[in-house]
This record gives sequence, structure tokens and C-alpha cells, in this order.
Amino acid sequence: MNTVATVSKVFIAFQDNEEARPVVEAILADNPQADAVYSPGLVKINAPGHLVVRRATIEEQTGRPFDLQQIHVNLVTLSGHIDEDDDQFTLSWNQ
Amino acid sequence: MDTRVTKKKLGLKERYAAMTRGLAWDTTYQPMDKVFPFDRYEGIKIHDWEKWEDPFRLTMDAYWKYQGEKERKLYAVIEAFAQNNGQLGVADARYINALKIFIQAVTPLEYMAHRGFAHVGRHFTGAGARVAAQMQSVDELRHFQTETHAISHYNKYFNGMHNASHWYDRVWYLAVPKSFFEDAMSGGPFEFLTAVSFSFEYVLTNLLFVPFMSGAAHNGDMSTVTFGFSAQSDESRHMTLGIECIKFMLEQDPANVPIVQRWIDKWFWRGYRLLTIVAMMQDYMLPKRVMSWKEAWEMYAEENGGALFKDLARYGIRLPKGWEIACEGKDHISHQAWNAFYNFAAAAPFHTWVPTDEELNWLSEKYPDSFDQYYRPRLEFYRERQQAGHRYYSKTLPMLCTTCQIPMFFTEPGDPTKICYRETTHGGDKYHFCSDGCKHIFEQEPEKYVQSWLPVHQIYQGHCFKPGVDPTQPGFDPLAAVLDWYDLNVGRDNFDFEGSEDQRNFATWRGDAPQAGSAKKGGAA
Repeated sequence: MNTVATVSKVFIAFQDNEEARPVVEAILADNPQADAVYSPGLVKINAPGHLVVRRATIEEQTGRPFDLQQIHVNLVTLSGHIDEDDDQFTLSWNQ
Repeated sequence: MDTRVTKKKLGLKERYAAMTRGLAWDTTYQPMDKVFPFDRYEGIKIHDWEKWEDPFRLTMDAYWKYQGEKERKLYAVIEAFAQNNGQLGVADARYINALKIFIQAVTPLEYMAHRGFAHVGRHFTGAGARVAAQMQSVDELRHFQTETHAISHYNKYFNGMHNASHWYDRVWYLAVPKSFFEDAMSGGPFEFLTAVSFSFEYVLTNLLFVPFMSGAAHNGDMSTVTFGFSAQSDESRHMTLGIECIKFMLEQDPANVPIVQRWIDKWFWRGYRLLTIVAMMQDYMLPKRVMSWKEAWEMYAEENGGALFKDLARYGIRLPKGWEIACEGKDHISHQAWNAFYNFAAAAPFHTWVPTDEELNWLSEKYPDSFDQYYRPRLEFYRERQQAGHRYYSKTLPMLCTTCQIPMFFTEPGDPTKICYRETTHGGDKYHFCSDGCKHIFEQEPEKYVQSWLPVHQIYQGHCFKPGVDPTQPGFDPLAAVLDWYDLNVGRDNFDFEGSEDQRNFATWRGDAPQAGSAKKGGAA
């Protein structure tokens, strides 16, 4: 429980594999406030308040087209309100 | 990965609208209320189903495509695991007992969830909710199948996995998960989503599928971690369905708020009690540790759940009742559960043991406020007795909580030396509970819970023996008769790990030298 007034964290976790790597790298590039924590088989990215996954950044990493819904394949879990369109996927808490 | 370059004609949002709302219609031959008889009686007021949002905007065609991809990846791993005798690469044969609990207690719930979501997917009047529930129903069936396939490989080599669906309907401790889900399924569709999608999946399942599965990877079980994470990837969508359903109900009508709060109170507590067994698996059954139950609770329940309820406060929703007591329990429940299963190891189809010194030290370090004081001395005493050839097995039947059906082993809030007992009277009968939370749930719906199939009561009433068994015979052994009715393979499925067939086989297959003085300490009670 947050006993002091802090910004709630959102998170998103992926299987720690080669398909997820460019997604993770893109998230870390687009969200300087985020940090990645690795445990066996898993990478969990935490960010205060909100986090964005941008298609364009992933495509820059891989050099090929990416459909954001592909993240479902290696997604493990997430937390926060989701908003998704063709170009970006965001997680946020309202306060 | 998909390498096709296709120019979409519609954007994600338009495509989702066309493929869900656009394919639904209102009935004309029969009134909608008759076709959809279940989505009003719970008192939830819905004014505009169009406001229902699936933020993932997953349509059926995309769903099949990505699910197919997940399956191909998963089965490639499961096959490689089997072909390479992966079962011999796990850290320690004790670990396999966590998989036994998985196939006995978790996998059947996937099937129940499949049925539950098929039911609510039929009965909501809103098309968006129906589509989301139908996808989840297919997901849950997939989880049931993939878990069964992955664990069937272990079943070729180890005991305690051969009869899981038979046990699910009979074995005392499996009445805990079974009654949880039957309670949810016998509620209405909105309560079901609040119970399963929100309280269980959103607030609590990370605790099962994330740290535990990471632990499976750490223990060399690539098969389990892969089905676990593959299942959990669907779980993200399920959790989202849970939170969307909650927000939708709360936004539709202020009169929904107290109903939803009551369900959150009830199902948080039910789910928390159910997860006791996961706490025990994490602290005692993963020989190589990733994090303690307490750390997982702090990360996924306190931090994440705290953020969620802070966010929901704008609707007038508060933390679930019993939240503080649940947080206090993080120092205790795994140890109390392991103690219970250690003592009832004759009656459950998996093995228990006293952790090694190194493991006890790890627990001491992770639980500085409770382990050395309350739990370590007891385990060391058990080990002393066991090594002297007196491994103790309780043959009496414990009193069960009428609501959660867990034996009464939880302690009083604030006093971990005193067992917590609560009781209430209904219709002239006395009912017993493990906590204020379970007592309160009973008192809200006594007519439901007086019908509970409590394994201990059923045994005493003579309903758990094979036909023709005569309990009045001199020398009648009720436990033996019950285990026979379970079709439990006595001496192979149960008792201590030390001296078990699993232990001997694993050592032989791996070519490990037999441990001096460690064999044959188990045996009959």
C-alpha cells in the first residue's frame, strides 16, 4: 500500500525472448522514466504514472513493419488502463 | 512473426466496431428479456451497452491468428522438452510436486472458467461483452488443454498426476478450488465477471502465473514456464476484461456501486484464501527460489492492487474488506498451509517434506518477523522426529471453514499463536469459519452456503466410501476407505517425499548416488 502520496506505477511484462527484445528496447527508448527488471524467463517494465508503446519505434528497431497486436504473443501481464490504436498502446492510471 | 505487409482498409477502432457491434442485433420474434433472462436480476442497471469498451479491440480474426501463433510456439517447446527428457533437467524431484498441485487444483479451474465464460458470453445483452467473454471461454479451454498436454509428459514418470479430474470432485483439499469456482458460476453474469475477471484475474492471478512461472524457469522446467506464460499472455486480456467490466458497471449507474463493492469484498477474500496454496507452492516447493510469497504479495497485491483501488476511488470504490488482514497474512499463510499439508500428507496425492537447512535459512531471511519465531522450530522438530523414524501423519479429520472449505489453520489477526475460529447460527444449525471474512460472506448469502459440499462432513455422513463398504465393521479404517474411494495409490501418491518412489526413480534416472541414511523414513502412519 502506498502510505505516502506517490505516483502509482503501471507495468507491462513480456517473455524474455528475441521477439520481445525490440519491443522492450522501444519501450525503454520512448519512456525514459521506465525501468526494466529481469527475472528468469521474464522482463517486467515499470513506469510511474504511464507508459507508451509506439509502433514506429519498434519498426525502427527491427527495420520491418510491426502490427501492435503482435505484442499479445509474448505479453505476460500488465497493469493500468489501456488505450490502443494502430500507432500506439498506452497504459496509465488516472491519478 | 508476421512479415506480410498489408494495408488495412479500416483502422483498429473502426474494424473493432464493425466486427462486434456491427454483427449484433436485437431479437424480434421473442422479447430480448426472454432471450437474455440473466443480465437483470442481480440489480445491475445498464443504460447503454454501447459504452462497453474492449481497449485491446481484438477482433475474432486477429484473435485466431495470434492464438495460433502462441500455440505453435508452445507446442514446439513442449515437444522439444519431451524429446530431450527435460523432466530430468529440473532442479530437484521435489519440485514436481508443485506440478501435481497444478494439474490437480489449477487446471480443472481452467475448464470451469471455460464453461463459466461460455455461459456469460451467451447471456449478456451487450455485444462487446459477449465477444470478450466468448474469446475468454476459448482461451480457458486452451489453457486446460495445454496444461494437460504439458503435464502429461511428467505423468509418464512421476506419481500423483494420473487421476486429476477424478480427484477434483473428491479429494478434500480440492474442494477449496472447486467450491470457489462453483460459487462464482452459480452467481449471475455480472457477479461472475467481478469474481473471476476482476477480483481473481486482475487483482490476484499475477501472483500465480508470474513469480511462480519465473520460478519454474529457474528450476529448469521450460515446459511449465512456457505454458504458464502462454496462458498468462491471455490473462492480460482477461484482466482487462475485468477492469473494463468494473468501470462499465460503475459508470452506468451510481446504484451499481454498492453492489459492486459487496462483490469485490466477497471475491477478494475468496480469492485471497484460494491463493494460500500458491503461497505455499512458492515458498516451499520451488527448490531454486526467485522471490518469496511475501515479496510477490508486496509487488502484485499491495503495490499494484493499491494503485488500482486508488484509481477506482473516484467511483466511490474502496479497498476490499479484509485487505489489511490479508496484508498481515503475507508473513504467515505459506507456512501455516505447508504445516497443514505436512501433517495431512497421508491423505493428499502429493509429497511434502521439511526444507533443507539452506532453504530454512532462506525462509528465515525472507520472513524476519515470523519464521524463526513461529515456524522454523516446528519444522526442525518435525525433521528430528522423522529422522528418528517417527514421521507423523495426522489421520483425524480437520474442521473446515464452511465458506472457503480450508481446514481451520489460519491464526487470529495480531496473534499468530492462536487459531482463528468464528461461528454463526442459521436455521438452528451452527456453522464454523476460519475468519471474519468467510463468516461475513456466509451471512450475506446463508441459503447458498448451507448447501456446501464439505468433504469432512461428507466423510462423516458416509458418502465417501466405495459401495459395499461397511463402516461399522470392527477395525474399520475410515481414512483407508476414503483413500480407496479417491482412487489414490497409497504408498506412491502420498506420504513424505523422503523415501518416495519419485525420489528413488529420479535419483536412479539421473545416476545420482543414493544418499546415505535418507531412504525409507516415510512409510505408514
